[in-house]
Amino acid sequence: MAGITATQLVKEYPGGVRGVDEVDVEIRDGEFFALLGPSGCGKTTLLRSIAGLEAITSGSLVIGDRDVTNAEPGVRGVAMVFQDYALFPHMDVGDNIAYPLRIKRVKRDERRGTAAKVADGLSLQGLIERRPGQLSGGQQQRVALARAVATRPDVLLLDEPLSNLDARLRLEARTFLKELQRDLGVTTVFVTHDQAEALALADRIAVMRAGKLQQIGTPREVFQRPNNTFVAGFIGSNPMNLLPAQVRESRLAVGDATVSLPPGTEQLVREGQDVVWGIRPEYVRWVTAEEAGAIPAEVSVVENLGASVLIVVNAGDRKLQVAVPEDQEPAPGDRGWIVPQLSKTLLFDAETTERIG
Amino acid sequence: MTSSTVTPPAGRVTAPRRRRADDVAGLGKARAGLFVAPALIIIGIFLLFPAVWTVWLGMTDYRLTGLQAASPEFVGLENYTEALTDPAFWNSLWLTLIFVVASGIVGQTLIGFGLAWSVRNITGWVKALIEGLVLAAWVIPASVASFLWLALLDRRTGTVNALLGTEGAAWLIDHPMEAIILFNIWVGTAFSMQLFSSALSAVPPSQIESAKMVGASGWQQLRDVIVPNIKGHILTNTLLITLWTFNTFTPYLVTAGGPNGKTEILSVYIYETAIPGGQLGLGAAISLIMLLINLVIALGYVRVAQGRRKR
Repeated sequence: MAGITATQLVKEYPGGVRGVDEVDVEIRDGEFFALLGPSGCGKTTLLRSIAGLEAITSGSLVIGDRDVTNAEPGVRGVAMVFQDYALFPHMDVGDNIAYPLRIKRVKRDERRGTAAKVADGLSLQGLIERRPGQLSGGQQQRVALARAVATRPDVLLLDEPLSNLDARLRLEARTFLKELQRDLGVTTVFVTHDQAEALALADRIAVMRAGKLQQIGTPREVFQRPNNTFVAGFIGSNPMNLLPAQVRESRLAVGDATVSLPPGTEQLVREGQDVVWGIRPEYVRWVTAEEAGAIPAEVSVVENLGASVLIVVNAGDRKLQVAVPEDQEPAPGDRGWIVPQLSKTLLFDAETTERIG
Repeated sequence: MTSSTVTPPAGRVTAPRRRRADDVAGLGKARAGLFVAPALIIIGIFLLFPAVWTVWLGMTDYRLTGLQAASPEFVGLENYTEALTDPAFWNSLWLTLIFVVASGIVGQTLIGFGLAWSVRNITGWVKALIEGLVLAAWVIPASVASFLWLALLDRRTGTVNALLGTEGAAWLIDHPMEAIILFNIWVGTAFSMQLFSSALSAVPPSQIESAKMVGASGWQQLRDVIVPNIKGHILTNTLLITLWTFNTFTPYLVTAGGPNGKTEILSVYIYETAIPGGQLGLGAAISLIMLLINLVIALGYVRVAQGRRKR
C-alpha cells in the first residue's frame, strides 16, 4: 500500500506540447482517486506517467516512500488495467491472470493456483480454461482486473475502466469496482471523461484541462464549490447555468433582471465589476405565480429526463436551464417565473473565470 | 390461411427455374463455363501444357543436339533413377538446403525481422533512409544486383578488398557459398522487413505495455506478446521465402555454379544439365523432382496453417 505524490510533474512531447503541465497532486494511501476531464486534457498522460509508460520530462513522482520518477514500470509496484483490457488472445484466462507471476518466475502449479483463487474472488469460476475471445466484455474486464491484482500491487491504475461496457453493464461494473477497491484497500487511480462516473466512484477527483489541474476535491466539493467556470460547466449531468452579469448597487444585473449577490460575496466585488453568475438547473424553481426574487421567463424547449424534466427558458435575452419535477411539466410557450435558490448561486470572475468567495 | 395458393402474376413468369444455391450469377453451368473458357485455355497453353510436356520429356532421352534431338526415345523412369543415384544431384540438393536455410529462413527472416523491429520506434528521415536502402536492393533488377556484387567482390578492383585491405583475396573462389548466401540475403531481406513491419504495427500497443507493466524484459515481450501475435505472418513469410529461395536462379549470375560445382544449387544444376549439358530429358526429370519438393513444402505449410486455425 502506498500513496502517490507528484510534484511539478511535466510531460512534454517533442514539439513542445505539454500533455501534463506542472501538476501537483497527492493521492493518499488506499484512496479511490479519479482523474477527470474532457478528451485531450492530459488525464491519461498523467496516468501513464504514474505507470512509467511515459517518460517524465521534469518534476518528481514518489510512490510510497520511493522516488520513481525515472524507474522502470515493472519495479514501481504499480498495476494497470487498459481501456481495451489488453488480454493476451493466445493465452487462456488462467495464464492471462498468472502472467505477472510468470514474469516473477513463480512455478507453474503455484501460479495457476493463485490465478484460480483470484479468479474466484472476481466471480470468474469455471472460465479459467477459456480464451479471452470467448468471454463477454464484462468478463474480459474482470480478467484484466484479476491480472492486475494477482500480484498485490501497491497502486492500481485504471484507464477508462467502464467505457468499453454497454450502458447497463456499466452500472453493474461500477458497483463491482467500488466493492473490489474497498475490499482490497489498494490505492486506485482511474481516468474517466464521464463526470457521473467520477462522482459515483471516487473518494476524491482531480479535474484537468489542457494538461493543468483545475481542482482537486471530494465529489461534493467539486460539485458544490467548483473552482472556476470550467469545472462548474463540466461537473453535473446538466451543466451549470453560467450567465454574464454585472455588479450594480450591491446587487447583480443579469440581463434585464436583478438578483441578490450570492451570500458571502458582498465584500469581494466592486461596483460595476463584470462577473459570471452560476446556478445549477436543479436549484432553480419554476413557478406560475410571482413571488419575491422571481424572474419572469418563457419556456422554449422541454426535454423529458424521466423523473424530471429539463426546460430551457428565456429570461429576457438570457437562456437558462431549469430542472422541473415531472408533475409540474410546463409546455413550450408557457410564461411564468424562475426562482433561483440564493444559497446555491455562485459567482465567478469574468476575466480569470475563478470563483469569487 | 385459405387453401388457395397465391397465383403468380400473369405473364412471363412460369414455374421458377430450379437454381443451385452456388449459382450466384444465375448463368447456369454451360454459360458460366463459356465465360471462364478463355482464361482456362490460356492457362492450359502456357502452364498446363509445358508442365505435362515436362513430365513426358522426363521420360525420354531427349537431347539438345545429336540423334536424340531429332527422334527422342521413351526410356521410362531411367532419368529418375539416374538422377537419384547421381552423387552430383544429392550434392546439389544438399547445397540447396544449406542455401535455403542460411540465406532464406535464417538470413532474410531474422535480419528482416530485426530491421523491422529496430526501426519501428524510429520516425522521420532515418527510418525513410533505412527502408529506402533495404527496398532499393529489392527493387534493383537481379542482373544489375549480381553485377554490383561482382564489382564488390572482384579480386583486383573490388570494393570489399579495398575497404578491408585484403588485396588479391578471391572471395568468389575461396568462399563461393558464403558469397551467394550473403548476396541472396542482401537482395531479398526487404520483403521480410516490409512484411514484419506491417505485422508489428498491428500488434496492440496495450498488450506490449501490459507486459512492460509487470516487468517483462524485451526478450519476454517478444516471446509472450509479439511472436504469438504475428505467428500467421511468420508462417506466410517463411513459406514464401522458402519457395522463392529454393527456386531462385540469380546466384548463377554471380558464381555460375562454380567454382567446381561448389555453388551448384538445384536450379543451377538443372540448367547446367539441360542446356550446357544438353540432356533435356534428364533436366526435365530433375525439374519434376524439384516441383514435387515445392509441393511438399507448400502442403506442409497448409497443414500447419490449418492446425493453427482449428485451435
